[in-house]
Amino acid sequence: MEYFIQLVIEGLATGSIYGALALAIVLVNRATGLINFAQGGMAVVSTFVAYALFNAGAPLALAILGAIVFAFVLGAFLERVIVRPFERGDPDTAVVVTIGMFVLLGGIAAFFFGYEPRQFPSFFGLETLNLGGVFVSLRSLGTIVVLAVVVVLLQLLFRGTKLGLAMRAVADNPESAALSGLPVSRLLMIGWGLASVLGVIAGVLVAPQLFVSPGMLDFVLVYALAAAILGGLDSPLGAVVAAWFIGVIENLAGAYIDVIGNDLKIAVPFIVMIVILIVRPQGLFGRKVVVRV
Amino acid sequence: MTLLELENVTASYGHAQVLHGISFQVGDNDAIGILGANGAGKSTTLRAISGMVQVGGKITFDGTDITGFRPDKVASLGIAHVPEGRGTIGDLTVRDNLRVGAYLRKDKKVADDIELCLDLFPNLRERIGSNASALSGGEQQMLAISRAIMAKPRLILLDEASLGLAPSTAQNVYRAIRRLRTEQGVAMVVVEQNAMLAFSVVDHAIVLETGSTSLAGSRDELMGMDEVRRAYLGG
Repeated sequence: MEYFIQLVIEGLATGSIYGALALAIVLVNRATGLINFAQGGMAVVSTFVAYALFNAGAPLALAILGAIVFAFVLGAFLERVIVRPFERGDPDTAVVVTIGMFVLLGGIAAFFFGYEPRQFPSFFGLETLNLGGVFVSLRSLGTIVVLAVVVVLLQLLFRGTKLGLAMRAVADNPESAALSGLPVSRLLMIGWGLASVLGVIAGVLVAPQLFVSPGMLDFVLVYALAAAILGGLDSPLGAVVAAWFIGVIENLAGAYIDVIGNDLKIAVPFIVMIVILIVRPQGLFGRKVVVRV
Repeated sequence: MTLLELENVTASYGHAQVLHGISFQVGDNDAIGILGANGAGKSTTLRAISGMVQVGGKITFDGTDITGFRPDKVASLGIAHVPEGRGTIGDLTVRDNLRVGAYLRKDKKVADDIELCLDLFPNLRERIGSNASALSGGEQQMLAISRAIMAKPRLILLDEASLGLAPSTAQNVYRAIRRLRTEQGVAMVVVEQNAMLAFSVVDHAIVLETGSTSLAGSRDELMGMDEVRRAYLGG
């Protein structure tokens, strides 16, 4: 039983990392209707900024804060300069543009830092707690708590502030929102900036485990996309629940089903995802689009 | 005093020119109607004022040349546009739609004005927590107008407020619009296919035909013309 709980908590921790990136994908999708593949690249470049600041002697907290600020500016900049001309056009074109950005950002990271994985310290230290026979690393608990805090803050932003209300309005109906004087383009930039911040949070959370390298988030991005889609693509809560679900399933299947083991366990969440989507095409928390005529 | 002035305004969607030089004025506290058949350019005239289409000519609001301004900039000057059809934000509740309408306001009276809108449209009070997309067509139109009221505009552009509504609902909506005119003196440009409804609010009107002004005059002048009666008043 202790082993099971341990596996679940580790799964929730991994799922929290997928969840942060999945939230970023959902945020951009709600605002612009796009799936932003560059989310991973943006997160990697920003994580390298945290790495560089830390290695230049900044305290870890300050390095992470600097990377968060950088990520916000990077997200806003990419929306304004690269994505905006494509936003009103064919969504397929825009998605290919984001894939291009993903490759480009990975290339930029490699150009400055090379492909060699670099160590990055954990904000939560390396201790492991013994909670009544269940061994849990502080890093896992910290990761779960960070994501929970992020979700609460996002809810407060969207439900409790004028900025959040405006962002929801623009996400739903930009043309109509503009008629009430909402600065649509500025709000979209802020949305991309916020999404980019969520990405770098995933990056610094996973960096101590996977090391910092241009390809560090490739796998995470695939899981995050799966979580976003499984959660319903327009539901932040759905994305997080789906991400946790994926993290836990992956961990349990690898441990308990012998045939699967470590190599095949990465496929399990996808099989589950496909089965769920066949039964429920709108995802776990997505809404069926019903239009009243 | 002239609040809004259009001088020889043209508008086009891509290469298709829809307006071929429209001119009219709206005074402070004044209301003007735009009548015309489908495709005459009525909605496009409003969209031109709001900066939602490419325009030529000159549009002046309260002394400022607003030709080519973005929609949010136009709104910030005090023009509220109630677009044709769904002028609401479907994913937001009725209350949140009203708060979005008040987005640019800095004063503390927003809650009072939400009450005012709910008095004007009692149907909305019962639906205050529902998403706009769940409202009936008439309720959505009421909400769209309320959203415009929440902005405390100096000028409201009203596009086909009766479209798709049952006659009694349309009458209700127009009763509220008349109240808004008489109690608050908001200036209006009212686009309508139903000339009787339009004339219940406006004192003057222009008639558009394929993107140009074909007739203009006061309510009585226009209602006395055979062609207007035939085309827009059902005989």
